Amino acid sequence: MSNELLISLILLVPLLVAGAVLALNSIPDVREAATLVGAGALFILCTVLAIRTGSGQEIALESPDIALGLTFAFKLEPLGAMFAMIASGLWILNSLYSIGYMRGSRERNQTRFYVCFGLALFGAMGVAMAGNLFTLFVFYEVLTLSTYPLVAHKGDENARRGARIYLLTLLGTSIGFLLMAVVWTFAIAGNLDFVEGGLLAGKVGPALGSVLLLLFAFGVGKAALMPFHFWLPNAMVAPTPVSALLHAVAVVKAGVFTILKVSVYIFGLDLLSALPGTEIVMWVGCFTIVVASLIALTKDNLKARLAYSTVSQLSYVTVGAMLANTAGASGAALQIAMHAMAKITLFMCAGAIYVATGKTEISQMRGLGRRMPIVFTCFLIASLSIIGVPPLGGSWAKYELMQGAVDADHIYVVYVLIASTLLNVAYLLPIALLGLMPPNADTLEVAGFKRPGGAPFLTVLPLAITATGCFVLFFGVDVISDFISPVFGARP
Amino acid sequence: MLIDVLSLLPESWVRHLPVLVVLGPMLLSPICAAMPKWRIAWALALFGIITSSVFAFALLQDVMAHGRISYALGGWAPPLGIEFAADMLNAPVLVLVSVIGVLATIFAMPTIVQDINEEKRSLFLSAYLLCFAGLMGVAITGDAFNLFVFLEISSISTYVLVAIGGSRDRRAFTAAYNYLIMGSLGATFYVIGIGFLYAATGTLNMADMASRIPEVADSKTIHAGFAFIVAGLALKAAMFPLHQWLPNAYTYSPSFVTVFLSATATKVAFYALVRLLFSVFSPELEFQQVVFTWVLAPMAAVAAIACSFQAVFQTNIKRMLAYSSVAQVGYMLMGLSLASAAGLSASMFHMINHALMKGALFMAVAGVVMSLGSSQLKDFAGVARKAPWTATALGISALSLVGVPLTAGFLSKVALFQAALMQDWWWAVVVLAISSVLAVLYVGRMLETVFFKTPGPAQLQVKEAPLMLLIPLWVLALGSIYFGLDASFITSLTDGAANVAFSGGQP
Repeated sequence: MSNELLISLILLVPLLVAGAVLALNSIPDVREAATLVGAGALFILCTVLAIRTGSGQEIALESPDIALGLTFAFKLEPLGAMFAMIASGLWILNSLYSIGYMRGSRERNQTRFYVCFGLALFGAMGVAMAGNLFTLFVFYEVLTLSTYPLVAHKGDENARRGARIYLLTLLGTSIGFLLMAVVWTFAIAGNLDFVEGGLLAGKVGPALGSVLLLLFAFGVGKAALMPFHFWLPNAMVAPTPVSALLHAVAVVKAGVFTILKVSVYIFGLDLLSALPGTEIVMWVGCFTIVVASLIALTKDNLKARLAYSTVSQLSYVTVGAMLANTAGASGAALQIAMHAMAKITLFMCAGAIYVATGKTEISQMRGLGRRMPIVFTCFLIASLSIIGVPPLGGSWAKYELMQGAVDADHIYVVYVLIASTLLNVAYLLPIALLGLMPPNADTLEVAGFKRPGGAPFLTVLPLAITATGCFVLFFGVDVISDFISPVFGARP
Repeated sequence: MLIDVLSLLPESWVRHLPVLVVLGPMLLSPICAAMPKWRIAWALALFGIITSSVFAFALLQDVMAHGRISYALGGWAPPLGIEFAADMLNAPVLVLVSVIGVLATIFAMPTIVQDINEEKRSLFLSAYLLCFAGLMGVAITGDAFNLFVFLEISSISTYVLVAIGGSRDRRAFTAAYNYLIMGSLGATFYVIGIGFLYAATGTLNMADMASRIPEVADSKTIHAGFAFIVAGLALKAAMFPLHQWLPNAYTYSPSFVTVFLSATATKVAFYALVRLLFSVFSPELEFQQVVFTWVLAPMAAVAAIACSFQAVFQTNIKRMLAYSSVAQVGYMLMGLSLASAAGLSASMFHMINHALMKGALFMAVAGVVMSLGSSQLKDFAGVARKAPWTATALGISALSLVGVPLTAGFLSKVALFQAALMQDWWWAVVVLAISSVLAVLYVGRMLETVFFKTPGPAQLQVKEAPLMLLIPLWVLALGSIYFGLDASFITSLTDGAANVAFSGGQP
């Protein structure tokens, strides 16, 4: 298969899935099979893509000029290949999970749900493979728009309100800031290609560069940097599979991926470390890490707590990119992978608990782990990975980030990371531990199953796999870091 | 991407193309009025406008191949006789107006049955043809006074078209009356301005005027003429704050008239403004630069923000779109006031895109109103469930209005941004960005209502719009997507237009 065909197929498969789901509206079993087959095919294609990228092949595809000197261009580099692998791989598991969840909780409009999922993956693949800033921007918006109906899925006033905030924040920041940054970059550099060493390197002064960096950092609303983070907790009105794949993996990771990509290929690490604006973004990132964790502590709703945890963890990536050295940036890249695996597990656990018992508040879950041991054990494992306990994947990301902070002489970042770890312990561990402990002595009452038989098998299997994945990532970290190391130059 | 229409036409017709684009509809208009059966009148109108659009396409190709074409009306050579002149600046406008005309005429079939009493339909179509001919005439003429004549032909017939809505909603009468007063003021201003220019230069032919103005540019006569002309045409183009006639006229006229006017009338007036400013006057003139920087650009900025803001608070969907139109005119004026080739090209690009999307939006709204009977936003709750095709086309065009990537509206917005950045007009970029965010607000509110609100009993009675409405609607909606993926055709036209404007009208 030629590389051009490979890129086209990766873009086409999610669209075909969306089309097939629409056509198979009336036969739910076949409709779901179409999603699964498509997800499987996409993952295989992405694996091929990653292998070819890793072997140093030039994989690119460019459309003719569409207007004003803009083109749709796709060009693979390790970061994008990694993101495509993560998104497509987790799509398979999440599709299995969706089937169990959507049927288990008898949601309406399931066809629209799967169609939009396909479109969202199309957006994510485009973001991953984008070869210039214009293409990245376009697919970024595709991702925003295709997930809007998913957030509004329930259709009641609450869901519509959440979806409205979601759309307005993401579109508002991207049109208000990001587009301006993109066009401005175009005006300065004359093109929008991702260039090794940075497109803007040597073309902007410190003041202009800082302004551009701030426009990028706040324009990418999906990276959930404060004060543009509130869309994420509001998006939690969506069904849990959406929160799991999109708001822990595809959408938010597309945001921080954009930040990382802009840092590496538009600014270049050298330019970035010389800009005063970098320091500002890093401060905001650190602020977000700590404050979002503190807010998470106050939330009793499980999904809300996880959402704030995501806000906090996303800023790890932003801060890592702003450290602007090899260890920091590769720590940021690792964080994308590690956090994706752990956070999707946590969300799937939350969904499984909801389907089985109808409970959404943490305080109602005491003792529940005895009835759902697998779910709560997996929750514990994923929590430990987020906290950064070996032998779980999350520990490597945190280690590299700290290394980067020390290298860059930003000791306060190390303290922020340590504080964040303690806060992680405080807001994540009690959930699993209280769940596994015996019920309250005075009431002796554990929430019962709303659904006979507890969580459907299809909701438990995927989360068990991803929890195992957290272990695998710890031992397989060399593969990933070797794969992405060409992006940042040699490792020190 | 075009079929070679030119080679299909006989040689003797090709020579007369400039006059043929106007002649057909104009001659058919009185015949239409006499038709006892309105369906025959409709067929005649459609025929007239289709031929007109074929000629417009041929003319465009001729101009692309051979440059400026001058046509002496009645054999009287310009500058004494009236000249029709086609170049890259107006040929695309002719094509735009005639193509929208064809689609609008198809769209007219199902809607005028509902909106207009049977005995008036033939007369209505006759007025429509006259309005169309007037607009084409404004675009093709090379004579400043003749432009006034065509402007009045189109305007007076427009007043009639708006007022016909009065048989359903009596507020259309006041809207039409308002429009008549304001429109007449505009036309009068324009003709006074032309009078001044005539006094100073002794000619009415635009090309001739352009060559004589620089010698006398520093006279009070020219300054006064310039001011009158800009004010007059800006009124017709609904430039803030001279737009007061527009929201009511769009809201209360029959839906067909709204579609046609929103996609053509303001566009043609905008073209006339460009023609006068760039190929009669010139952006190099000092007083013109002052007006660009201190009058047009600030007004454009206020329009883009204030009118978007007003759109957010409208409860009637047609009125909301009308305010959005005024804001979008602000975008175009912003590009124009940059006084650069890139700015003008971006503005023309946006003008074409805006015709596509606003035409489609008003069509889709009309499609729902046909079976719903109300154009209040709250009554549109969940209509997507019963009319998915209409609603989807509405959605696509609305996204283009916001400027979402993969739609034409995005590219023209980027082009405007770029042109503004080239001159370091940061504030203009900020203004357009704020206006876009406001557009997200009002468009988002509309889409949320249409797609996600729970329909009530009235909404469940909504039916899909008839096929005759869906076809033109989807042609426009797909156009918005197609030109969002590959706008090289439009940009080649608008670049050509900007080129003409900046080389002083000569090829």
